Amino acid sequence: MSGPHDSGDRGDLHDAAVRLACVELVEILTDYLEGVLPARDAAVIEAHLALCPGCAAYLAQMRATVRVLGHVPVETLSPEATSTLLAAFRDRPAT
Amino acid sequence: MSPVLVPVPTCGGYGASVPIADPELVQRLREGDEQAFAEVVRAWSPAMLRVARAHVRTHATAEEVVQEAWLAVLRGLDGFAARASLRTWVFTILVNAARRRGRAEARHVVELGRPSVAPERFRGEDDEYPGHWRDEAAPVEWGPESEVLAAEFRGLLERALAELPDRQRAVVELRDVHGFAAEEVCALLDLTPANQRVLLHRARSRLRGLLEAVIA
Repeated sequence: MSGPHDSGDRGDLHDAAVRLACVELVEILTDYLEGVLPARDAAVIEAHLALCPGCAAYLAQMRATVRVLGHVPVETLSPEATSTLLAAFRDRPAT
Repeated sequence: MSPVLVPVPTCGGYGASVPIADPELVQRLREGDEQAFAEVVRAWSPAMLRVARAHVRTHATAEEVVQEAWLAVLRGLDGFAARASLRTWVFTILVNAARRRGRAEARHVVELGRPSVAPERFRGEDDEYPGHWRDEAAPVEWGPESEVLAAEFRGLLERALAELPDRQRAVVELRDVHGFAAEEVCALLDLTPANQRVLLHRARSRLRGLLEAVIA
């Protein structure tokens, strides 16, 4: 998604938002969420999201996925490895 | 019972920004407070394992690397000068240990890019709106937040994470499960910012697709 980085009038932004294909948007969504896109490109994405319920739902799903990830249980050290470490801690020379 | 000093990874994980009572924690560790040590081991080891696993080939080796790092932490504790936070120092020791072991294993992983969404869900080139969603295949809003956060979907993502390529798994878990910042993940996994985003994007896109398939 490139183009002149003019400040753009509304019609221009609208045209760019319509031209932005959904198949392209889903590939740059992480760059958008990470805040690394040029301001103009981010504005085109936002204008597209306002026009396109499919992409708006897609973005909501992506955000929901990230929220679910925040609640996923994580793999940790085996009990044996943990006891080894605690034993090493106990055996540490006092200071 | 002494106060909890280390942030616990629940409800969105614990991030780098969570303040840790560092001087008190270091003091307690130096004094041999086993509960404090058990607590940091429990809180940080999952993320340490994930970082190690991105550098080495097997879970067993990753676990050895994490153990090795904690033992080095114990040896270095008295000399720890607090120029960085304890957590940063521990993770630096871990990354150095993981890199050493990783070089020994000399791994090269090629990850092929796949489209984030199945191409047949988009209109063809002959359509008036090429590349836009087909009406019948467009994503729809998921149900209420409480339903999406149900144990069923957490379990599904937990299993799906285990099947991601190692670097994708490391990036998405460190970012979204453990709450690390992008810059930290780049440093811990030796990634450029662009590569970190590519891996994050592939992982999140895949996980979203799996959730969509069961929620729809």
